[in-house]
Amino acid sequence: MVKEYQLGLEKRRKSLSVGKVFLYLILFIGALCSLFPFYWMFVMATNPTHLIASIPPAVIPGSHTIENFRNVLNRIDFFGSMLNSLIVSAAVTFGQLFLCSLAGYSFAKIRFPGKKVVFAIVLGTMMVPKQLGLIPSYILVAKWLGWLGQLQSVIIPYLVGAFGIFWMNQYIKEAIHDELIDSAKIDGCSNFRIYYNIVVPNILPAFATLGIIVFMQVWNDFMWPMVMLPQLNNTTIMVALRNLNDLHASDYGMIMSGVFWATAPLIVIFLSFNRLFIESLTQGAVKG
Amino acid sequence: MSELVTQRQSGLQKKYRFTEAKRNAISGYLYIAPFFILFAIFDIFPMFFSFYLGFQKWNGLGEMKFYGLRNFELIFTDPIFWESIWNTFIIGIISTVPQLIMAIILAFVLNSRLLRFKNFFRVSYFLPYITSVVAVTLIFKIIFSNHETGLVNILLNYLGFKSISWTTSYWGIKVAITIMIIWRWVGFNTIIYLAGLQSIPNELYEAATIDGASQVQQLRHISIPLLRPAITFTVFTSTIGSLQLFTEPLIFLTKNSIRQEGITMVLYLYRDAFERSNFGKASATSIVLFLIIVIVASLNYYLSNTIGTRKRRD
Repeated sequence: MVKEYQLGLEKRRKSLSVGKVFLYLILFIGALCSLFPFYWMFVMATNPTHLIASIPPAVIPGSHTIENFRNVLNRIDFFGSMLNSLIVSAAVTFGQLFLCSLAGYSFAKIRFPGKKVVFAIVLGTMMVPKQLGLIPSYILVAKWLGWLGQLQSVIIPYLVGAFGIFWMNQYIKEAIHDELIDSAKIDGCSNFRIYYNIVVPNILPAFATLGIIVFMQVWNDFMWPMVMLPQLNNTTIMVALRNLNDLHASDYGMIMSGVFWATAPLIVIFLSFNRLFIESLTQGAVKG
Repeated sequence: MSELVTQRQSGLQKKYRFTEAKRNAISGYLYIAPFFILFAIFDIFPMFFSFYLGFQKWNGLGEMKFYGLRNFELIFTDPIFWESIWNTFIIGIISTVPQLIMAIILAFVLNSRLLRFKNFFRVSYFLPYITSVVAVTLIFKIIFSNHETGLVNILLNYLGFKSISWTTSYWGIKVAITIMIIWRWVGFNTIIYLAGLQSIPNELYEAATIDGASQVQQLRHISIPLLRPAITFTVFTSTIGSLQLFTEPLIFLTKNSIRQEGITMVLYLYRDAFERSNFGKASATSIVLFLIIVIVASLNYYLSNTIGTRKRRD
């Protein structure tokens, strides 16, 4: 039995040493496919268009970085759009962290009648597809509330979400013991004080996870901002990039410059915190 | 000491007018109120209004006119609507299937022991996922340029094939969009599968090895069954995601040239509402789209459940 096992191990080790090269080859090809478009974007962002659109095309980074970016700045309000995206993403993220954790705490730790039914309703709302309401939402927000072209149109509807509540509820349930809350109650803490002084300091990891998920979603969102902020200026960076492409599609160097500088900050942040990002974005997906 | 306690208690009684249960009920409902208020305004109301609008003729400005089932008649007799359904499903299938297979292969390879640089591979595979769809589409739009100087066309010419007009030909649009979707999502799914594989206890494989099970047998009888939740999840999300395909074709085809070779269901709805101001017909389309999503989602759910139980009975 043991001999067989050792034989099996030996076999495996041998086949691995032969197959190892093959495995690395698969992984390497995968990484190449994954990274090549980024490299190509960088090459195009640093070269003049006439060198990109020629045979053979430029394949190494060029010296046209500043000119390309200057062209972007002349055509769209790049920094203004970046700032708008930052404001919108940050506002929605803070709103979600606060309101979702508050609601999650309520579901996890406060006893009130009808809680189970209400929680089931919250979960059920995750099933409703957003597109069904796209047109009426547009009419409501743009025409009746009169928010067309204003940033609150892409902030307020997203300030709290069912997924965030569900996520926070799960986390708070496990992370905070009932005894802790009971003893705080005996000391005369109100429910909000308990939330503020006990719950919040103990769920910082959940804040990081949900924060990353929400921020990324809002930063990369396109459809709703495009509908709500259709003007050339005072829009989010994703809509601005699309406008840039619609107006000057043939100036590859300039368009890629815009895409590159809009994408670079997030890539740098992702690379610096890659473990946290990958864990957050996949964990949130699986448990949701 | 006991004096202090009584003082505290009397302090408590003075401080609150309500009993503990009442106070809990008030704060409990208060804390979840923001969600229900926003949800009622921005989700529930639009949903019902959508069902109302679907039966009206309205350009967004003038009076609404009751239109009965005319909107649905218009949709169902419009060949472009059927084209949009066909496109959505075909792109969904040719992007989901290869995407998930590639992800499973990469996850298995990445999970094998004795390999180095794992984090480098993990990070590189995940990078496309954090990039916005807009950026991805703009990059691939130039790579899949119609001109002879587009990167893919250069490659095709070099291999002896003719150039393809990617944004105008029937399959060109679909293939280009499919490749963008696959590129953006393979890494994400790989990491999901990898997490699933890593949660399988090592002892299972060791026991199987002792019993003389081959690698392929271990794959079939241990890895794949235990990966089922992850596979179900990724199939579900990619199916729903592909039914909602919008940004890639919109930007790939650029403004005012939403060609029927690349139109999707959401794009069809968008064009009616925002380019033609036909809000009634667009709402009717969203009702149809909603029903399609519900049907496909429940089919998905049903299939993944029955396949699971059959496996368990073996």
